[in-house]
Amino acid sequence: MSELSELYQQVILDHNKKPRNFRKLESANHSAEGFNPLCGDHLTVYLNLEDDAVKEISFEGSGCAISKAAASMMTQAVKGKSKEDAERLFSSFHEMVTSDSDEEQVAERLGNLKVFSGVREFPVRVKCATLPWHTMHAALNNEALVSTE
Amino acid sequence: MATIEKSVSIERLVNTGFDVERIREDFPVLRQTVNGKPLVYLDNAASSQVPQVVIDRGSIYLEDEHSNIHRGVHYLSQKATTAYEGAREKVKRFINARESRECIFVRGATEGINLVMHGYGRKFIGAGDEIIISAMEHHANIVPWQMLCEEKGARLRVIPMNDAGELLLDEYDALLNERTKLVAITHVSNALGTVNPIKKMIDQAHKYGVPVLIDGAQSASHMLVDVQDLNCDFYAFSGHKMFAPTGSGIVYGKAEILEKMNPFQGGGDMIKSVTFEKTIYADLPNKFEAGTPAIASQIGLGAAIDYLNSIDRKKAAAHEHELLRYATEKLSAIEGVRIIGTAREKLSVLSFVIDDIHPHDIGTILDQEGIAVRAGHHCAQPVMQRFNVPATARASFAFYNTKNEVDVLARTIEKVVEIFS
Repeated sequence: MSELSELYQQVILDHNKKPRNFRKLESANHSAEGFNPLCGDHLTVYLNLEDDAVKEISFEGSGCAISKAAASMMTQAVKGKSKEDAERLFSSFHEMVTSDSDEEQVAERLGNLKVFSGVREFPVRVKCATLPWHTMHAALNNEALVSTE
Repeated sequence: MATIEKSVSIERLVNTGFDVERIREDFPVLRQTVNGKPLVYLDNAASSQVPQVVIDRGSIYLEDEHSNIHRGVHYLSQKATTAYEGAREKVKRFINARESRECIFVRGATEGINLVMHGYGRKFIGAGDEIIISAMEHHANIVPWQMLCEEKGARLRVIPMNDAGELLLDEYDALLNERTKLVAITHVSNALGTVNPIKKMIDQAHKYGVPVLIDGAQSASHMLVDVQDLNCDFYAFSGHKMFAPTGSGIVYGKAEILEKMNPFQGGGDMIKSVTFEKTIYADLPNKFEAGTPAIASQIGLGAAIDYLNSIDRKKAAAHEHELLRYATEKLSAIEGVRIIGTAREKLSVLSFVIDDIHPHDIGTILDQEGIAVRAGHHCAQPVMQRFNVPATARASFAFYNTKNEVDVLARTIEKVVEIFS
């Protein structure tokens, strides 16, 4: 069960139970919808982007513990960041959950998002963790819809 | 020692008289371990496992008989053709069709339904006509009809169901009218396990002269199917859900209807003669089988039918029924578990949700214990919407599953609840 406890760490379970920034953002000027048709995960990411910086971010939708916690922690991680930094964080996160490289630099940049490193042992769950990030990326770039399959 | 062994074997027979341990020996895939645990395969509604005799039959074909069918005067081609057409004969007897030419080989139930949509629907259904399906169809029996409705300006009508997952037959009756041109319903729901009273529903449609297609994807392996007794006009099923390889399957159609229909795909094997001015189509069943088919898979379907005929299917069905009853009892007893689909007539499918725990998380944790279930919408998103859940976890049984496996499932679900508590 050790890989399983790597995957379902307390932090992740906590964010699943009490997702942060889990609401519709009335002041949003960007949003996108993300689907994972394979498992039915579905979320909307709302952004208030000012001067190319993420002033506010929120999400709503339904999904598994991994996708919900990933979305919740993503909103905390990118709030206040520039568009460029948010995108860089996305690519670091993506690298962490899809490759075996344990680069110090990547880990450092990700901070507490490192709790998701266990996901890479579960290839079918990688899309759950990255769906919120793909959706945020779409919102940043004015794409309305993403689907991970 | 001998006495103990004897008492064990009597115990395993005592409930349904079905020797499941003997049967398990026929399925090599069941011998493996997953994540260090014995495989508990409970995803039979998605695809069932293949017994050794079916694997062997495929090998024999590939080693000794492989060639293209219907087109060679040489020895191997004749041998392959004989084996392929022999499989069709087996199918004919298996579903009690009048003639083997009524059994069209297709890639699976999905292709069978699409064949009827193209061959029958596009020819005989037009603007203002209506097609009736049910609220519990999976996408394979929704999307082709939607495509047809869009193309022709026809209308899709949907028979609703109650909270137990049973179709409302009065509503069905009210939907039938002179505009109805086809009824397409599932025999057994893949997401809920509901067994529909299709014989009665077919009779109701026939009062209006409406042909009926039955999606038999979930029924063919679990119950005896007699297309003449049902009097259905079409019956489609997949081989890979009844112990045969993927790529095998059948759509049965009454000969007089198949003859009126347009072909499905064009190509070799489905013609009598071709000139640039005109093509004359072949007779049944070849008219619907363009190109080289999945010969090895369809021969495998024939072998799977032989296998099913070699076991006591009534006892196997009773065993499956007992597994479903036992699993329903065990899972219902776990706090937070809710069974989705509680029809009075159910078959081998147990869909469930646990409080706030997403089925995908359930699936991953079960997999770590070697248990294979389906987690998701089961290609039946409207069913999920009807029950207001994004997805369910689904355990689906075959006759090679055991009560012990149900115990492992129940124990692991308790563990899931614990992790998320």
